[in-house]
Amino acid sequence: MSAPAADAAVTRERRIWLTLESVTDPEIPVVNVVELGIVRHVRTGEDGRIHVGLTPTYSGCPATEVIEQAVRAALDEAGLDDVALETVLRPAWSSEWLSESGRRKLEAFGVAIESRPGVAPACPRCASRNVERVGEFGSTPCKAHYRCRACLEPFDTFKCL
Amino acid sequence: MSSAIAAEYPAATAEERCEYTLRLADTSLVAGQRLAEWLGHGPALEEDLALGNIALDLIGQARLLLALAGRVEGRGRDEDALAFWRDAAQFRNVSLAEQPNGDFGRTIVRQCLLDAWQLETYESLAGSTDVELAGIAAKAAKECRYHWRYSAGWLVRLGDGTEESHRRVSEAMQDLWRFTDELLAPDALDARMAECGIAPPAAAIRERWEQRVAGALQAAKLPWPAHQHYPWHGKRGVHTEALGHLLATLQQLPRAYPGVSW
Repeated sequence: MSAPAADAAVTRERRIWLTLESVTDPEIPVVNVVELGIVRHVRTGEDGRIHVGLTPTYSGCPATEVIEQAVRAALDEAGLDDVALETVLRPAWSSEWLSESGRRKLEAFGVAIESRPGVAPACPRCASRNVERVGEFGSTPCKAHYRCRACLEPFDTFKCL
Repeated sequence: MSSAIAAEYPAATAEERCEYTLRLADTSLVAGQRLAEWLGHGPALEEDLALGNIALDLIGQARLLLALAGRVEGRGRDEDALAFWRDAAQFRNVSLAEQPNGDFGRTIVRQCLLDAWQLETYESLAGSTDVELAGIAAKAAKECRYHWRYSAGWLVRLGDGTEESHRRVSEAMQDLWRFTDELLAPDALDARMAECGIAPPAAAIRERWEQRVAGALQAAKLPWPAHQHYPWHGKRGVHTEALGHLLATLQQLPRAYPGVSW
């Protein structure tokens, strides 16, 4: 590849990443798909096309298909309709892949994040550690339901997976 | 697959791989359909949500596994064709998965026994020589950890709860225990898959399953039930009557309106 062509490919990949950052999670609209860690790669495939690899958070997450459609629509709209989408299953998504900015946004949105499975988080509203788990499963597969005993507010918690 | 791995193990045929993958896929699908029957009927909103979420995980696992089985089979059947257009005798789920919900306690007992098996099986399968299966299993194992924590937590609360809750889970345990032997006793295909490095050795799964379940039974103040002979072989398509009824509901729509979409 000549130097100008290589530069063009880099610019194109950058544009794709920026487009992906404009696609938010349908259930938690404050974070985008890159911050969620579900975009696994943007790279040129053997067929010469650029491939975007997406991975589901949970096997049965109903948002997976909605997200794929939203990514497709955003790429098409940005004139990147020749970009191919592919599903990546290995390695399995982990909550560790949530980016720092994603974590901050989730917490500001009122969603706490488990540091280890089953370890109670601090209340995203008042920061109290005096919380109780109401349900192992919350409003989406990726969240558990807690209540703060200090400020009495219920809150969602992103599970450690 | 690296050549080092390929050299160590004999290669399974596509038919064997497909058949084995269907056992896992159908077990998740049927268990997920059973749990979905609880939607709107849970004893509390939190339990309704939990059972629905677990059902969703299981059906998600089933979709990935059915799609894999279809690709391995190579006859052009996708996940929908396999889920909706096979009859009971072609399903390969373990018989425990299809057992009716009964009351909440009975559902918890069934899930506990099944969750422990799925968790141990998927954790081991994450190291399978079948890399596609390993990828799905690694993800499923993470989900099953939550399922197990939920069902085992409830088994303890019900078993060590009131006289009535103890009586109900105790009776359900006695009744469903006969289906556990099928989970743990390997047949020729299980043995062949272990030989090929695809599935874990059955003895290892049994040991870890027994350890896990024994801990939960003890905490729930329930005795370890006596061994019971089982005449069912769901893994080979010989099911209890319950499966046909479940499939009638599961398959009704696409069979009545072939090719229908939302």
